[in-house]
Amino acid sequence: MSDNALGLVIAAVVAWIVIGALGLVRPRELRFVSHLLFPLGAAVGLALAVVAFFALGQLPQSTVLPLGLPDLPFHLRLDSLSAFFLLLLGAVGAAISVFAAGYFRSGEGAAPGLLCFEYHLFLAAMALVLVADDAYLFMVSWEAMALSSFFLVTTDHRIPEIRQAGFLYLLIAHVGAIAILLCFGVLQGGSGDYTFGSMRSMVLTGAWPSVAFFLALFGFGAKAGLLPMHVWLPEAHPAAPSPVSALMSGVMLKTAIYGFLRVTFDLLQGQLWWWGVIALVLGLATALFGVIFACVQSDMKRLLAYSSIENIGIIVAGIGLTILFKSYGKTLLAAITLTAVLYHALNHAFFKSLLFLATGSVLHATHERSLGKLGGLIHRMPWVAWLALVGTLAIAGLPPLNGFVSEWLLLQAFLFTPSLPQSFVNMLVPLAAGALVLAVALSAYVMVKFYGIIFLGRPRESNLAYAKDAGWFERAALSFLALGCVVLGIFPVNVIAMLDPVNAMLIGSTALHADSGNWLLLTPINADRASYSPLIVLIGIVAVVLLTAQVVHRLYHGRVRRAPPWDCGFPLQTPRMQDTAEGFGQPIREVFDAVFRIERQLPSPFDTAPKYAVKVGDHLWHWLYLPLARGADALGRLVGMIQQGRISVYLTYSFFTLLALLFFVR
Amino acid sequence: MTPTEFASQLLQLGLALALAPLLVGWINQCRAWLQNKSAPSLLLPYRTIRKLFMKDAVVALQASPIFRVAPYVVFGAMCCAAAIIPSLATDLPFGRAADTIALVGLFALARVFIALAAMDIGTAFGSLGARREMFVGFLAEPALLMVLFTASLISGSTSLPTIVDVFAHRELAIYPSLAFAGVAFAMVSLAENARIPVDNPATHLELTMIHEAMILEYSARHLALIEWASSLKLFNYSCLGIALFFPVGIGVAGAGWTALVAAAPVLVAKLAVGGFALALVETLSAKMRIFRAPEFLGTAFLLAVLAMLVNLLLGS
Amino acid sequence: MATLPLYAQFINLFAAFLLLLAFAMLAQRRVLSLINLFAMQGFALAVSTAIVAYGTHQSHLYWSAGLTLVLKVLLLPWLLHRLIRQLDVKWDVEGLINIPTTMLVGIVLVVFSFNLALPIAQLSHTVTRATLGIAMASVMLSFLMMITRRKAIPQVVGFLAMENGLFFAATSATYGMPMVVELGIALDVLVGMIILGVFFFQIREQFDSLDLKHLETLKENE
Repeated sequence: MSDNALGLVIAAVVAWIVIGALGLVRPRELRFVSHLLFPLGAAVGLALAVVAFFALGQLPQSTVLPLGLPDLPFHLRLDSLSAFFLLLLGAVGAAISVFAAGYFRSGEGAAPGLLCFEYHLFLAAMALVLVADDAYLFMVSWEAMALSSFFLVTTDHRIPEIRQAGFLYLLIAHVGAIAILLCFGVLQGGSGDYTFGSMRSMVLTGAWPSVAFFLALFGFGAKAGLLPMHVWLPEAHPAAPSPVSALMSGVMLKTAIYGFLRVTFDLLQGQLWWWGVIALVLGLATALFGVIFACVQSDMKRLLAYSSIENIGIIVAGIGLTILFKSYGKTLLAAITLTAVLYHALNHAFFKSLLFLATGSVLHATHERSLGKLGGLIHRMPWVAWLALVGTLAIAGLPPLNGFVSEWLLLQAFLFTPSLPQSFVNMLVPLAAGALVLAVALSAYVMVKFYGIIFLGRPRESNLAYAKDAGWFERAALSFLALGCVVLGIFPVNVIAMLDPVNAMLIGSTALHADSGNWLLLTPINADRASYSPLIVLIGIVAVVLLTAQVVHRLYHGRVRRAPPWDCGFPLQTPRMQDTAEGFGQPIREVFDAVFRIERQLPSPFDTAPKYAVKVGDHLWHWLYLPLARGADALGRLVGMIQQGRISVYLTYSFFTLLALLFFVR
Repeated sequence: MTPTEFASQLLQLGLALALAPLLVGWINQCRAWLQNKSAPSLLLPYRTIRKLFMKDAVVALQASPIFRVAPYVVFGAMCCAAAIIPSLATDLPFGRAADTIALVGLFALARVFIALAAMDIGTAFGSLGARREMFVGFLAEPALLMVLFTASLISGSTSLPTIVDVFAHRELAIYPSLAFAGVAFAMVSLAENARIPVDNPATHLELTMIHEAMILEYSARHLALIEWASSLKLFNYSCLGIALFFPVGIGVAGAGWTALVAAAPVLVAKLAVGGFALALVETLSAKMRIFRAPEFLGTAFLLAVLAMLVNLLLGS
Repeated sequence: MATLPLYAQFINLFAAFLLLLAFAMLAQRRVLSLINLFAMQGFALAVSTAIVAYGTHQSHLYWSAGLTLVLKVLLLPWLLHRLIRQLDVKWDVEGLINIPTTMLVGIVLVVFSFNLALPIAQLSHTVTRATLGIAMASVMLSFLMMITRRKAIPQVVGFLAMENGLFFAATSATYGMPMVVELGIALDVLVGMIILGVFFFQIREQFDSLDLKHLETLKENE
């Protein structure tokens, strides 16, 4: 079957489009759409993941489809890099589809059949982006991806905020797309041949490689949520239905990472060290920015969106480090770093989808997105709560789960950096490592806040007592993703062995040493240098826990008495006395005061109905976006002056245009 | 893994479990002496733990299973941490499974679990303690990691036994960066172990407490495990400090039983001195306001970053 | 590492102490502790100079070590302590910027000065050339301390600490300046200190405070 893996991928794309189209046949029939079409889509996703898994180690396959414009057929190619991201798309997409089967209900925004169409089109477009082998197909599917996701984001288009969020997303997606288009324009180097194959053979000279790199960084960065193009993420993610948020955050952001990797390591020949420095610094700034803002959010999906920004920052910082190593010819280290990058991308796809889906379940059960009105849901929704706990621990970077493995690899890479010849770069390393570690530690803060406030404590509102646990479809999806987090965390050696073809293709070296055939111990360079075995750590902790519990219960007793909590002698303890989301984030707001733009509304002591409101804003919005918007407005008004409303004036314009054209073409 | 290695591993883990409450008792005694109080018995922590195990556990009505699991997880994480820090010898097979980064990860795991458990009850104290604990942790954890990175850069390994092997058995060489790292480590240890000037282990005053606020709802065997785990944490930090900065006397890998036996009195002596120093620091300094803590820890973090820098710059 | 002789390692160690103390001074809020830290820095400087003297057999460096010891460890701190007692100022040092930010700027300065010192160090042939960057960094850090402090006495301490850094730079780059120059600088520092002390009394006479922001009122507005 691996002989024609590409054919199977194309078949999966077609299947998704067909499933989507079937949704249009009976758009209002909820049971048909949710209990037949979405599970079918999930099956296709799973099949795609299996195909991609087997295609990872294969030689590249390519084909030409006689579609599109007459002289511009579609070029498709399936190599290890594409296969890895297809695997990610298929596996995570399948889980999200299963969840969506139980999630979408009628009467919420658009008709289920229409949603099904947009959803599967989105999946198909992402798959096409990953196998595109010319700029034309790439841009077409990139745009299809942006448009279908735009319609998905604006499912509830009757709410003005959601419309606004959607337009912001569309705007930034297109600014990014223009940069990508320009980047391809530079890459083809005047040959007029827009296939990736010809770009690969093209050797750019002078400043052109740098121009192409920065266009790619900007364009793909806009899609991924890199600073300062991050503003759409915290708006679009809360607006979208949860499966769509999960798909966008878990998978779509990764297609941007894919594109960036494709351009930087595959299409560009030779990388310059200072690109790496810039990507590293930008990535770390994004990571810190994202996590600091995540600390102070009080909307659970916004919080996760900011956390996505953080993770993208970490991934881009890793790519920067990879460029740095590769440009100095340290291929082994570059391979380790790239492994960390890909691993983190995979991890993030799993745990972030898991958490977004969990917020979806919470949202359905409680109709509440604000953290300040949730609480104590572990008693009402044990399935969701316990599965979300796995994702929480994973994203907080705790051993032995998967988030820790990729961070471990990346930190190892940082520790190797002093071998670089450039002293300036060497000095950057401690600072960069410090920033990375700080971001990781802060993400633990964010996640304790997220989990503790939603699922633990006492319900802050009385209606939470009626919350129902998620249905079976949703449980299955969450379980699958949680299992993924655990498996990716426990068996890093096998996962890295799976990633090695990608390293071999992009870097020319593999991260795993030939002599480290030990599946239990992860040893990047050699066993003396560093080793890590999550399985043994897990067994160690579990053994101690079980042993202690046994000993304690055998030697003493297991008696438990239930009593009300200690009330400090003040019997009127209400759930409102727990920390709110604002309260939990307050120390961070205090420490990083300068980063936020805080608008606070304090009540006066004489107020009879005191009200406290605080709005934490983003400086960049006011420093960059609003001036830009004002500029665009002013420009628009200038152009508007041409508009007169009288036909004869317009005809005059046409006439003069014609004259001018005739003059130039003469 | 040879039988000797296995025995050495078990011995060091057992020693950590057995000696940790004694260290706390010793510090309390020193502090009482220094403050002209009559000292409690050296064995008081053991008696407290035993007493707590005997009692009936009282669990709040609205507690979820997380509340009851957390003490065990915290204890488990601390035991695993104790199993990778060389106290007597560097024969630690478990050290290959978890390196310094994983060590910090284990500490973080314990911290996250205890914070979640504190939030589980839904009282004002619990969430206040959890928030403050995570607040202290977000700066202390990177600082600790940077200290360990400095040691890793010098020794070319992130595995603790290897680091100690390099440090303890090299030709005489001085690492200036370790001076910075040492100061940073001392500051982090004070903060992480809920000691003055960041937290006060002897207070139940709501304005000031961090660790005690989180464990307010625990009783009986759960509290015993948490107390034991926090003394184990102190022991781990002490051993880590000894291993990184005063490693002379720790047995080399494969040295056998005599080295283990010879290392024991040295370790006890070092711990006694360290405990006295801690009591002295606690007596001499006053507790900071909670919002001075980020300044304190930020300084520690930046010193640790500086340690890495100096290490690179002085080429040593 | 193993190629460096033991005394050079000790010099590196004391250089690191010097930098550590410079950072400690940057982070210190109390005036009294600040002066003690300054004395400790002087002590580290004296010891490292003595080690350089021992290692390179430059006997005149013993003299400058002794001079440092007398002047910067004993005399100047004593003068400062007396000044504080007489002026009765024991308040906390109020920085203009908060301490972690100051330290962050300090770290950037360290990176900067090391990069600056690298080419100079390559010209030098002394065993201590690696410490040149540290010496420059401590000059910069003292400067930073002077900038970020609002009160007069911490600024003077910063000034004196800057001189420490310069002295260390001279020692590490060229094994010290000629004795005459050194004596001259020592005298300058002493005289400068005394004159500044006189100034303090005048400033306080004028404004009832040593807060230097009052000097802003001296500016002619027109």
